[in-house]
Amino acid sequence: MSVVPVSYYLVLSAILFGLGVVAFVFKRNIITIFMAIELMLNAVNLAFVAFARAWNQLDGLVFVFFVIVVAAAEAAVGLAIVMTIVHNRQTLNVERVDLLKL
Amino acid sequence: MFLLNHLWIILALPLLGAAANGLLGKHWPKSAVNGVAVGSVSLAFLAVAETVREFFQLAPQQIPYVSNYFTWMTAGNFRVDFSLQVDQLTVVMLLVVSFVGLLIHIYSTGYMAHEGGYYRFFSYLNLFMFFMLTLVLGANLIVMFVGWEGVGLCSYLLIGFYFLKKSAADAGKKAFIVTRIGDFGFTVGILLVFFTFGSVAFGDIFKQVSTWPSDAMGQWGTLTIICLLLFTGAIGKSAQLPLYVWLPDAMEGPTPVSALIHAATMVTAGVYMVARMNPLFSRAPSAMLAVAIVGAVTAFYSATIGLCQTDIKKVLAYSTVSQLGYMFLGCGVGAYAAGIFHLMTHAFFKGLLFLAAGSVIHAMGGDQEMFHMGGLRKKIPITFWTMFAATLAIAGAPGFAGFFSKDEILEAARSGPHANFSLWLLGIAGAGITSFYMFRLLFLTFFGKPRYDEHKVHVHESPRSMTIPLILLALLSVGGGWVAAPHFAGGVDYFEKFLHPVFSTYAPADTSMPDATMLPGPGEEATAGAGMEIVHALTGWPVIVALIGFLLAWWFYIKNTDIPKKIAKSAGGLYTLVYHKYYVDEIYLAVIVRPLLWISTNVLWHVVDEGIIDGTLHGIARGARESGEEARQLQSGNARSYAAWVVIGAVGFTVLLLVLWTKVVQ
Repeated sequence: MSVVPVSYYLVLSAILFGLGVVAFVFKRNIITIFMAIELMLNAVNLAFVAFARAWNQLDGLVFVFFVIVVAAAEAAVGLAIVMTIVHNRQTLNVERVDLLKL
Repeated sequence: MFLLNHLWIILALPLLGAAANGLLGKHWPKSAVNGVAVGSVSLAFLAVAETVREFFQLAPQQIPYVSNYFTWMTAGNFRVDFSLQVDQLTVVMLLVVSFVGLLIHIYSTGYMAHEGGYYRFFSYLNLFMFFMLTLVLGANLIVMFVGWEGVGLCSYLLIGFYFLKKSAADAGKKAFIVTRIGDFGFTVGILLVFFTFGSVAFGDIFKQVSTWPSDAMGQWGTLTIICLLLFTGAIGKSAQLPLYVWLPDAMEGPTPVSALIHAATMVTAGVYMVARMNPLFSRAPSAMLAVAIVGAVTAFYSATIGLCQTDIKKVLAYSTVSQLGYMFLGCGVGAYAAGIFHLMTHAFFKGLLFLAAGSVIHAMGGDQEMFHMGGLRKKIPITFWTMFAATLAIAGAPGFAGFFSKDEILEAARSGPHANFSLWLLGIAGAGITSFYMFRLLFLTFFGKPRYDEHKVHVHESPRSMTIPLILLALLSVGGGWVAAPHFAGGVDYFEKFLHPVFSTYAPADTSMPDATMLPGPGEEATAGAGMEIVHALTGWPVIVALIGFLLAWWFYIKNTDIPKKIAKSAGGLYTLVYHKYYVDEIYLAVIVRPLLWISTNVLWHVVDEGIIDGTLHGIARGARESGEEARQLQSGNARSYAAWVVIGAVGFTVLLLVLWTKVVQ
């Protein structure tokens, strides 16, 4: 049985991450941006798992669990924020939310 | 030995008085302010008296009695202790300062009774006492310097006491700035003392210098330079040529201030300092000659200005400058004790002259112009008689205080170890002029017909708080010289004998202190007797010139009152020159002040300050503002653009890492 080389996984991870970045930067819908963040996190997870497998180390897997936990928490908080924004502005367009400017 | 071990009490009393009056006095009645001010100074005087009593119980080897309280500052091997000391010189100064200070405090309660800012005045006056006592008690140059600068500050505050009057505020600034020129030299001198001796404590300096050889005459050794620098400070503080110009203007202050600060005590600080540093000066004959020349020339020069002044206080101011010149002449010819003796008698009679002048001004309702006075003798008899005594004392009438001290100085200038005939001649001429202008003042003020409007000015004798200090000072002006009197009969000069240890312990071996005539030992009676004849022959001169001065003044201002005008007319240019004080203020204005102002305005202000300093700062500020203006465009508030920047940064950082990594690998 031929083993899939690590580089395959890494390339896939990089592609997924890149897609996430592009979506994050260019999409305007907050929900889509949210999904792009999830995509990037999972791309990173994939890279971690691949490395853990390649070097037979558990550290990478531990990291993945942490990332999943953080992602869950972030989804909870983030969706709450999205709800509030929608409630206040009746829009999902991120361009309309520019209060970070002083 | 309680007070001798707690010298700080003498300083703490007036300081507490100053603080109490300064902080709380505004809300107190005048009697409370009086009580605090006069009370603290009386207690200080009592403390001084007790200290002196204890001092006389010390064994000679315990003197100077130094008390070290704490180390004030250390840096490397530079170390300054807050330490005070008492020796014979300090005792004399302490007694003079605290006693004259006390009398003038009492006088001020009467003189300032109707003035605003009463509590402020007494707070400053107490503060002055604190600093002046610090100056004379300090056991090293730095503590002395604190007192030195402190009295300068109080002088500034009190000259400008009527600060709403522009001339008074200006005079205060002038005094402060002109003395600052001298103080610069003084500071450099102190630094040079430290670099040379590694210490600023008097004891250490004197012990080290006692093994040094004297500089030769005309040689620019370290000692000569140190002494000249220190003397620069004395020139500023004691108003000698060429820095005397501040003292006449200082008469803008209230008259008790003129008496205490600008006649009796502060201005004599320079003389005290020169006498204190005598082991150094005695080893620097060129510096000594400089001191003597400056003193003698100032004594003569400012006496001539006094001839033509018409403001009663201005006459006394120039007279003070002149008398300080005599003190320096005394120190410069090696007769330190005579200089200090004159300092003491001068404190009595000049303090009295100013206080009496204040009483006259009080009686005249504030007018200081002598040509508006006249005939006051009968109306204010106490003021007249006390001022008469002081005039006799300053003119050098035999038996009065000034006679003894001035004669000792002139005698030392003529026959002492550093005798100099031309300086003696200047001194004698100055003595004659002194006698003339003082009797001129007396005659113009108290004799002749009244020149004021008798219906408008109600001349009245001053209250008792003012006349009692006058009487006490008059007694001292008459009798204060007799401590040295036996000297003139060939006996012991107690004053000189008392101060002898201060001026002989560290004296250079090659200079014989003039103790052969002063302190005749067994078997030396014959030489002393021979010396006395010379002394008698020469002490005649000051008396003769004083008499000439008196007779001329009498002839000019009582007998033929139109003579002065005729002389003024025939002398023409010379009279105008002297009347305008040799145009020195104008010359300083043209040569120093104006160019300085021009350079300050056109170079330092417009070019250096506005151009270079402001330009740099404003340039930096503008750069920050403009770059910020550009950079703030980045902060759009749009989360997506932030994300884009994060991505660009991450990519850029990764590329950078890759480049560096490939470099490392290669």
